Amino acid sequence: MAFRGMASWRVARRSSGLGARWMSTWWRSVEPAPKDPILGVTEAFLADPSPSKVNVGVGAYRDDNGKPVVLECVREAERRIAGKLNMEYLPMGGSGNMVEETLKLAYGEDSEFIKDKRIAAVQSLSGTGACRLFADFQKRFRPDSQIYIPVPTWANHHNIWRDAQVPQRTFHYYHPESRGLDFAALMDDIKSAPSGSFFLLHACAHNPTGVDPSEEQWREMSFQFKAKGHFAFFDMAYQGFASGDPERDAKSIRIFLDDGHLIGIAQSYAKNMGLYGQRVGCLSVLCEDEKQAVAVKSQLQQLARPMYSNPPVHGALVVSTILGDPQLKKLWLKEVKVMADRIIGMRTTLRENLENSGSALSWEHVTKQIGMFCYSGMTPEQVDRLTNEFHIYMTRNGRISMAGVTTGNVGYLANAIHEVTKSA
Amino acid sequence: MRPQLTSPDAHSIASPSSPSSAISASDRRLNALVRHLVDASPAMDSQNLKDTVSASPTSGFHADSVFAHVVRAPEDPILGVTVAYNKDPSPVKLNLGVGAYRTEEGKPLVLNVVRRAEQQIVNDRARVKEYLPIVGLADFNKLSAKLILGADSPAIQENRVTTVECLSGTGSLRVGGEFLARHYHQRTIYIPQPTWGNHPKVFTIAGLSVKTYRYYDPATRGLNFQGLLEDLGSAPSGAIVLLHACAHNPTGVDPTVQQWEQIRQLMRSKALLPFFDSAYQGFASGSLDADAQSVRMFVADGGECLVAQSYAKNMGLYGERVGALSIVCKTADIASRVESQVKLVVRPMYSNPPIHGASIVATILKDRDMYNEWTIELKAMADRIISMRHQLFDALRAKGTPGDWSHIIKQIGMFTFTGLNSEQVAFMTREYHIYMTSDGRISMAGLSTRTIPHLTDAIHAAVTGVV
Repeated sequence: MAFRGMASWRVARRSSGLGARWMSTWWRSVEPAPKDPILGVTEAFLADPSPSKVNVGVGAYRDDNGKPVVLECVREAERRIAGKLNMEYLPMGGSGNMVEETLKLAYGEDSEFIKDKRIAAVQSLSGTGACRLFADFQKRFRPDSQIYIPVPTWANHHNIWRDAQVPQRTFHYYHPESRGLDFAALMDDIKSAPSGSFFLLHACAHNPTGVDPSEEQWREMSFQFKAKGHFAFFDMAYQGFASGDPERDAKSIRIFLDDGHLIGIAQSYAKNMGLYGQRVGCLSVLCEDEKQAVAVKSQLQQLARPMYSNPPVHGALVVSTILGDPQLKKLWLKEVKVMADRIIGMRTTLRENLENSGSALSWEHVTKQIGMFCYSGMTPEQVDRLTNEFHIYMTRNGRISMAGVTTGNVGYLANAIHEVTKSA
Repeated sequence: MRPQLTSPDAHSIASPSSPSSAISASDRRLNALVRHLVDASPAMDSQNLKDTVSASPTSGFHADSVFAHVVRAPEDPILGVTVAYNKDPSPVKLNLGVGAYRTEEGKPLVLNVVRRAEQQIVNDRARVKEYLPIVGLADFNKLSAKLILGADSPAIQENRVTTVECLSGTGSLRVGGEFLARHYHQRTIYIPQPTWGNHPKVFTIAGLSVKTYRYYDPATRGLNFQGLLEDLGSAPSGAIVLLHACAHNPTGVDPTVQQWEQIRQLMRSKALLPFFDSAYQGFASGSLDADAQSVRMFVADGGECLVAQSYAKNMGLYGERVGALSIVCKTADIASRVESQVKLVVRPMYSNPPIHGASIVATILKDRDMYNEWTIELKAMADRIISMRHQLFDALRAKGTPGDWSHIIKQIGMFTFTGLNSEQVAFMTREYHIYMTSDGRISMAGLSTRTIPHLTDAIHAAVTGVV
């Protein structure tokens, strides 16, 4: 029916009187947007023809040959999934299996909250999607609230809560002088925030600093959160990746749960399962009871529907295949530990190289910090020199992605860092 | 307040979900609290605890939820149909709700060519699954633009099109809507009456103001063309207009080519901005090019527009969430600036789109044999649906069901707007276990030769028995 009369409309077009007005563009006033500070680094790296270039920008794991890795457990899961019976729509809340397995990782295998069905949880588009859904939910149901965000944090956190139109405040976190945690100021900020404030916390392996509170410090924070009735939202993007042990990496969350907090959690499988591009994650909100959890989940779905209707099935299937099979799960845990151990090893090697380079500066923080990133303490100008003179790519806040460091480039990297910092 | 170490909370909530546990949920919470207090003071044994623990601001801590006031949202009207269908134990139940293709045997279908592409991807050990760029898979974007605009499109050749991989049609509409709400001078979008239930939600939450234009004429079960022209004619200059590229959802009523030309002229004369939703390319007539005619007509006149594409139906990739948003601009420079701003919408939403489905599509579209195989499988799906239309029409006529049912064969695409009212629909669900949306829309893809008689009986009973 749409095909009839093809010839006639062509004639009509030529002879129709087309006013000049519609010829103008709608977009004259559109300014070019600034490049994303993190993803823009890889773009620049790819464009560099130098053979000695090093990419320690974006946080994607590399093996010791500098190659991206697809985990064996993932390959096996994909082998089993290919040829699956259908690619039907998932429910708006995503794969129930995948969500359940994911909650066990965060809340504990035998969590009472899972048994009591008190957790409202939906599959999300990795960590970003989980944070965004929560921010939208927070805006809709606590419209007078704001979010307290640590300084510094992953840059996109600011974008997410801004686009959700939730006002932002910051709280002290990183202590530049010690390249560690500014705990006193952090506690002051918790105490002085109005009661019932919402806080964004990195569960482990803080991005970009690699600086995590100690267990004792987490307990103190939890206590103070209780006193103030604050809401804790955990972004856990590196479970397993920090210490090599997922249970240990979830300690901060378990402390808050034990203390009776009703928390929210964003989980991501981008790094710890290497599923980056599949966009698999989970948003959960712990509620008072099952009825409330049902209500909250239904509202989270209402936010997902006009964003993407329902989440992608492939990545979710990979996750539930691995976590639902004891052998594959064991293999996954092993592979996560290998990745974490390689990074911990590279920290030691980088620190040794820096100390042996003749640098007068302290490089202790390289091994004290944890997770994928090292907050080197370099200035933007020093980073620019690294890029321009040594073809080393990282974000201008001096954040080094340790995953990009290899036995092949660690010496070159240490030497270059020494060169640009020695007059500091 | 002293913590109770042993006696259960008098107000404990029964936990039917944990039959194996004799301890109630609030008991567990209390025990956790007690453990914390005991752990915090290792020098004391529990004998002394009662005497030495004093009131603190956090003793007996049980957080009240900050979301306690949240009420349960109603079921999504479309997806809720499948939920209700799944609950029904009847052996003759029929799901004509959500628009997902079914075979003659009533089974979902993964296209052969999709299986082949997926196998290829899985077997390719060199392939990595890193983050895609914010705008998605480059090959996929180029090929998608060619698919909808035509391989020889001057707009593509002149680099005036920016294409961004998004999460199926929904995601493409949302990202496009957000971009318009931020950068376009007119914040009103006109959507047809009726339209897909999710359209108004997507655009409203994106920040646009939603108005409607007349589209469906219940009297003729066809297009209310006069009403459409009047409403678009009185829209403010520059307003955005949502157009279904083909196979209008839910009515199946499409403008003719001549009518499209009139719409195009009217819109260009009023500088109305077209935003196409193309969810059924190839699925409507069986021809990918024919189903893209409306879009290509608008692009051919040199003007600007937006197009949201979905591969959910025409490649059967539903759950993989594969789609693309294309913005056709006047110049390459503008397209580049527009793309940079679209990225700012995407990054705080989900950072970058999923890789799997887009890889499958790109694999198929760039391989001549696979592409041809796809067009054949696609035509087979479209043909089966057209056949169902004819069979249903013939069956209703043979039964002598009152009314003119010719709209069943005049309408196009996955859906038929039967003209049944919500009481009749409820009747059919109750008495015949037939599930459809309450607006009388049925998904033809859910029918088979075997089930047509059952549906015919139900419609007949509804029309003759229920007013």
